[in-house]
Amino acid sequence: MFEPLQYEFFVRGLIAATLVGGLCGLIGVYIVLRRMSYIGHGLSHAIFGGAVVSYVIGLNFFVGASLWGFVSALLINQVTRQRRFIAPDAAIGIVTTASFALGILLISRYRTFTRSFDAALFGNILGVDQSDIYAILAMTVAAVLFVLIAYRRLLFTTFDPEVAPFYGISTEWMDVWFSLILAGTIVVSMQVLGVTLIAAAIVIAPITARLLTHNFNQLIILSTVTGAGCGFAGLYASYYIDVSSGASIVLFSAGVFVAALIYSAAGDWLRRSGNTVAPSRSVPDGATFE
Amino acid sequence: MLHPQPHETTETRTIVEFRSATCGYGGPAALRDVSLSVTRGDFVGMVGPSGAGKTTLLRAVLGAVDVYSGEVRVNGESVAQKRPRAGYVPQLETIDWNFPVTVEQVVLMGRAADGWMPWNKKQALLEAYSVMERIGIADLGKRHIRALSGGQQQRAFLGRALFSSPSLLLLDEPTAGVDIKTRDDILHLLDDLNHEGVTVIMTTHEINAVAAHLPWVICVNQGVVAEGPPAEVYTSEILERTYGAPMTVIHHEGMTLVAETPHFVGRHHGHEHPLRKVV
Repeated sequence: MFEPLQYEFFVRGLIAATLVGGLCGLIGVYIVLRRMSYIGHGLSHAIFGGAVVSYVIGLNFFVGASLWGFVSALLINQVTRQRRFIAPDAAIGIVTTASFALGILLISRYRTFTRSFDAALFGNILGVDQSDIYAILAMTVAAVLFVLIAYRRLLFTTFDPEVAPFYGISTEWMDVWFSLILAGTIVVSMQVLGVTLIAAAIVIAPITARLLTHNFNQLIILSTVTGAGCGFAGLYASYYIDVSSGASIVLFSAGVFVAALIYSAAGDWLRRSGNTVAPSRSVPDGATFE
Repeated sequence: MLHPQPHETTETRTIVEFRSATCGYGGPAALRDVSLSVTRGDFVGMVGPSGAGKTTLLRAVLGAVDVYSGEVRVNGESVAQKRPRAGYVPQLETIDWNFPVTVEQVVLMGRAADGWMPWNKKQALLEAYSVMERIGIADLGKRHIRALSGGQQQRAFLGRALFSSPSLLLLDEPTAGVDIKTRDDILHLLDDLNHEGVTVIMTTHEINAVAAHLPWVICVNQGVVAEGPPAEVYTSEILERTYGAPMTVIHHEGMTLVAETPHFVGRHHGHEHPLRKVV
C-alpha cells in the first residue's frame, strides 16, 4: 500500500492531486449553484489559448494563462450583464471557444512546440515539480482566504444576485474577484487534470455533496473534502491500475457520485415506504437541518 | 380587522420622490413621466395590470433601472448618484428554491454586507432570531426554504429585509400565491411595522385587500394613473383607465369593494357561448 510513496514524483503528484481536488471542490460549489457548470469546461479551453499566447510572447505560463482566463471570465460576466438576453452558457460558448480557437491557430502556425501542450490538454500529474506544488498551494491559500473573507457576501451574491446589491453588496466586485480566483484555479489544475477533465473536477464534487446535504455551510466543507479525497484516492488507484492519472481521478469521482446518488435515492425510497431509519436527502415537509 | 386609516404621524419629510421620471431597461420606456412623492411613515400600495410597470417603479426606487429623463430621489439623493439601502422583498417566483439554504441563513443575509468575518456574531444571531420571532418563524430557523408554506416563505424573505433594519421597505407582490388568512396576516404585520415608523411600498394584484388595509394607493399603467386613499381613487373610471377593462365599484358599510363586471355568455343565462357554436 505504501509502495508508491517511496517515489518522490508520486508523492508530489499526490499532494498536487489532493490540493487540486479540494480547490476545485471548493470553487465548484459556487459554479454549480450559479448554474454555470459549463464555465469550468469553457474556461479551461480559453486558458489553453492563453497558455499558447504566453508561450509565443515569452511570458511565464502561470501569469499569461491566469491573465487570459481572468479576462475571459470577466468578458463572460460583462456580456451576460450588459445583454441580459444572452444566457451565461451562450456567453461562455462564444468567449471560450474563440479563445481556444486562437490557441489552435497559433499552434498550427508554430508547429514546433505543439508537443509542449500535451500536458495542458491531458494532464501530466507525475510531471509535477516543486514549483507547481508551490503554485497550487498558493492558489489554494488564496481561494480559501477569499471564500472565508467574502463568505457571507458570496453566499448572498450566489443565491440572489439581483437583490444582493440592494443590501449593500457590490456584486460587480464579487464577480471580479471570483473570476480571478476561478481563472487561477483552472490554471494550476491544468497540469494535474488537463484541460479536458477540469470541468468534471469542478462539477462532480459539489454535485455529490449536494446529494448529501441541503445546508450551504455543510455543502462547502463536504464538497472540498470530497474533491480532495477523490484526488488522493484517484491518483493512488491510477498507480495500481496503470492508467492516466487525470482520467483515474475523474472516474473515481464519478464513482463516488454514483454511490451518493444511490444512497440518496435509497433514502428517499425508504422514506416513502414509511421507514424513517434511513436518512433522506430530499426535503420533506417540516425537515430541519442543523 | 380593517385599518385603512394611516397611523398618526407628524412626519413631513419626503423619502421617495419621482420628478417626471421616465424609466426602462435600455429599450422602450416601461414608465413614462412619473411624478410622485412618498413621505416617511407612509404605507403605499401599487396596483395595476401585469406589465404595467409596478416592479419597474419599485426597482427605480432602488436605482436598478435606467432613468431616461427626470429624476428619482431617495432621502434627498439621486439614486443615479448613490444606490439607496432599502429592505427589498422580491417576487418569490424569482427565488431558486433548490438552493441549499435554511431560513436562518436567508434572514442573516440581511446584514451580509456588515463585517468581513465568515460567521455571524452571536449578537447578530440573537437579533436575527428576534426578527424571526416577531414575524412568527423563529421555530423554522433550521428548515430548508423549500420545506415551507407560501406564507412562511414570504415571511422568511420579509425577515431578511427586516434584519437589515430598513427605514424603507419595498415589497414586490408579498401577497401573491397565499390564502386569504395568510394574506391578512402579512398585511397586518406590514401595518404594525408601518406603525413603528417603517415606510412601506408594496405592489399587489389584490385590489380589494389594498382598499381594506392600506391608507394610500397608486394606480399604475405605464405611468401613474391616479393616487390617493382607496375610497377616492377606486372609481370605475380610474380603474378602467388602469386595467383597460370595466370594473364595478361598490361602497358598502364603509368598505370599498371592486367587482368584476359580469359577462353573461354561459348557457346558464340562456345564451349560447359564441365559441360553442363554432365547435
